[in-house]
Amino acid sequence: MGTKKVADFAIDTGALDSTEALDRRATLRRFKVLDTVFRLLTMTAASAVLVLLGGVIASLVIGSLPAFRAFGLDFLTTQSWNPVTEKFGALAPIYGTVVTSALAMLLAVPVGLGIAIFLTELCPYPLRRPIGIAIELLAGIPSIIYGIWGLFVLAPLIQQYVQPGLIGTFSNVPVLSTLFAGPPYGIGVLTASFILAIMVLPFITSISRDVFDTVPSVLKEAAYGVGCTTWEVVRSVVIPYTRVGVIGGVMLGLGRALGETMAVTFVIGNAHKISASLLAPGTTISATIANEFTEAVGDIYTSSLIALGLILFGITFVILALARYMLMRLEQKAA
Amino acid sequence: MSFTFLRGVLAAAAISLAPVPAVLAADISGAGATFPYPIYAKWADVYKKDTGVGLNYQSIGSGGGIKQIKAKTVTFGASDMPLKPEDLAKDGLVQFPTVIGGVVPVINLPGFASGELTLDGPTLAKIFLGEIKTWDDPAIKKLNPKAKLPSDAIVVVHRSDGSGTTFLWTNYLSKVSPEWKEKVGASTAVEWPAGIGAKGNEGVANNTAQTKGAIGYVEYAYAKQNKMTYAKVVNKDGKAVAPSSETFQAAAANAGWEKSDSYYVILTDEPGAKSWPIAGATFILIHKQPQDPAVAAEALRFFGWAYEKGGKLAEELDYVPLPKDVVGLIKKTWAAEIKGADGKPLVN
Repeated sequence: MGTKKVADFAIDTGALDSTEALDRRATLRRFKVLDTVFRLLTMTAASAVLVLLGGVIASLVIGSLPAFRAFGLDFLTTQSWNPVTEKFGALAPIYGTVVTSALAMLLAVPVGLGIAIFLTELCPYPLRRPIGIAIELLAGIPSIIYGIWGLFVLAPLIQQYVQPGLIGTFSNVPVLSTLFAGPPYGIGVLTASFILAIMVLPFITSISRDVFDTVPSVLKEAAYGVGCTTWEVVRSVVIPYTRVGVIGGVMLGLGRALGETMAVTFVIGNAHKISASLLAPGTTISATIANEFTEAVGDIYTSSLIALGLILFGITFVILALARYMLMRLEQKAA
Repeated sequence: MSFTFLRGVLAAAAISLAPVPAVLAADISGAGATFPYPIYAKWADVYKKDTGVGLNYQSIGSGGGIKQIKAKTVTFGASDMPLKPEDLAKDGLVQFPTVIGGVVPVINLPGFASGELTLDGPTLAKIFLGEIKTWDDPAIKKLNPKAKLPSDAIVVVHRSDGSGTTFLWTNYLSKVSPEWKEKVGASTAVEWPAGIGAKGNEGVANNTAQTKGAIGYVEYAYAKQNKMTYAKVVNKDGKAVAPSSETFQAAAANAGWEKSDSYYVILTDEPGAKSWPIAGATFILIHKQPQDPAVAAEALRFFGWAYEKGGKLAEELDYVPLPKDVVGLIKKTWAAEIKGADGKPLVN
């Protein structure tokens, strides 16, 4: 009688003679075996992720033990990074990582959401696809290309036009004059943040656009029907409806910004120092590791770099956890 | 159809497989410094054509090279920074130099061509300490009485990655400036008091080229091939010299290799009227009693060949070959120290 699919049995349950019943039992047993095998296979695949993650954490912890043993918690709170005397503190790279990522999000979130709103609500139809594809292509550019472009094209532009302007404009404003102080190097924390903003833009835009598209037209049409403006529709219907998805996109972007290595290394200036000025060179955790790991001689030096990796892991974990928590709170409020 | 196809595949497989075992058996493996990679690759290429013995060199950085040779995963390690004799003894290693290179200060100062600006050690140290901040500082004026120096800010550019170039540079600054020695010291990576960090020679070169008033330091070969503007440096004898093969060789000749322990010689601040003050050799590390004596002997034969016939190739790539008497010393070291399981020297 050939192979039968589950659906076939569902249909002809009515008329079954005894041989068919036997046949049916055997087939069902075969299905059961197949199902078990399939379940085990997928379970192995899923648990492989856990094993890998556990392995990464374990090796990071073991690798960073010598550093934490040598410096204790001072490792997190000092900014001296001296390979000669083997005194290492992670504060400068931690600061650089957090500040560049925060600035990048500050720049990229409004622009990214703006693009997504334009594409879904305002853009003429023939333009939607080209602009959407262009944004997605941005995500496909390798980060080293961003780095080289940043160093050769963006940095000189910023050095010539942006930085002197910033320094001049804010030279007499109390807080801002410290934020934008110093000689215009072209590269530095601000340039790195610009590059990061460009790099995370496609993540925020394409995810927001996709979730904006899921808003039922009925809702939007009803809002327009009672006389809402486009702005009001976006603010009171589209964004509340897609909040979770948008925050997910932003978090994905933030994750990339925190871990981005090559592009940042090229343009941040790689100075192990915390400067009040955003124009001054700084460093990030991943840039430090990329720069120094190959030539790190000595156990404490290597271990300190691995400890930096562990800290980055920790920062990413905390931020993702916070995002989850925020989402939970939002959902509770909504319900 | 399938038959001819199959035969073709078999033939191709036979061709691609046949020579592999022979090559594998004799291949030398090495890992380490990136600075000598171009010349090792060139030597390996020519040597393979001459002898059929291949060399697989991974330029993973000096630190990596030291780790790999200690772990015995390679036949030899390569480092730009010599290991101290006591560290060598601890791991049963022998070290010897292969070629010499130099580090040159490069500047971006409109109106100044290569060699038109002269600096000395203490001034360079003060610039890199961030104490001399502008190009018209009295200390620079004193060294260049005739030059018209601008009042531009000095932008210091240094390497952000650990590097043998940085080691030579900071080693020189430590020798000529007690303040530098105390505050910063010498290593492949240091805690820079001033300036911006850039990755690799190319990073320093680009940042220097882009920033008006910048000063950086790069490998001589790199500066020469990219026609960068270099500054002259006043050497130990008080003479301002320009970087060239000749001045590097002068530094190497005056180094006193024969008196050194395990060739622990860093060619910075060497005496001699013609000596370029910031030069250094790059080194090979090999076990005194190699795990695989046959391959280790191949490695030594390779370097022996390189000393004899590779000098011209090195010069083409702007490295400086070792002086003849140093090569003689190294061969004696090989015979005396590197031995097989039977206690006999691997090469004579």
